[in-house]
Amino acid sequence: MTHSQGLVYLSRRYRFAATHRLYAPELSEDENQRIFGKCANPFGHGHNYQVVVTVAGEVDAVTGMCCDLRALDDVVARHVVNRYDHRHLNLDVEDYVDLVPTGENIVRCIWGLLDGRVPGVRLCRVKLVETRDNSFEYAGESE
Amino acid sequence: MGEASLTKTFEFSASHRYYRDDWPEEENLRVFGKCAYPNGHGHNYLLEVTVKGAVDSVTGMVLNLVDLKQVVEEVLEEFDHRHLNEEMSYFRERIPTTENLATTLWDLIGQGLPEGSSLARIRLHEDEDLYVEYFGGA
Repeated sequence: MTHSQGLVYLSRRYRFAATHRLYAPELSEDENQRIFGKCANPFGHGHNYQVVVTVAGEVDAVTGMCCDLRALDDVVARHVVNRYDHRHLNLDVEDYVDLVPTGENIVRCIWGLLDGRVPGVRLCRVKLVETRDNSFEYAGESE
Repeated sequence: MGEASLTKTFEFSASHRYYRDDWPEEENLRVFGKCAYPNGHGHNYLLEVTVKGAVDSVTGMVLNLVDLKQVVEEVLEEFDHRHLNEEMSYFRERIPTTENLATTLWDLIGQGLPEGSSLARIRLHEDEDLYVEYFGGA
């Protein structure tokens, strides 16, 4: 039987729990409070983050798969989950030494940690779910 | 009036197994892991079908949802509560991975849609943490 060809997009969800604090040292205390509200409280607060990673590839005629899921799991675990899980992002993770760990910045950092590292597929989109109501997506610079 | 797209969700349950008869046992286990276990395993698949088309100026709809439901349910009737490897002709030569299942459903649903509407996307969730999307050939 003939069947459709072309790219297939696969998305997989991962989880980590971490603390962050939204605070820009170059702004005054008042400005931080005004802009970031409760998120600027001194000791930070935590979320159960979800990361949905979307990759695209041709379906291999032999295996029927567009992506080696173990390789994807391994790359995400080593470069993202193990790096961020149960950490204070501002204090424990070098990515945020000079960067406020907002959802926007976290999703772009995760893109940078994953891009080019998953063999055989192209990274298409990273979605960071911070709470039930807030999520952030990044699809690289070209889009 | 312009084009719009519409997405409807469907559910079905089926078994599959990732296994190649032309590979040794160890190779199957190395590549497919638990998915290669001899008797297969099942999922509650969630299928999102997105259809696009011009909005009809009389009905205000891209297509009649009743028609879409009928087309998709007729297709899924063949797959629901089946063992995809053992019972489905589509997967004699191909492993019923979620990727292959998504492209097969694309072909079957696409050819049944009423005139004036076409498939924009198939999104097939294998479980709450994994889904595959297909937008048609390159």
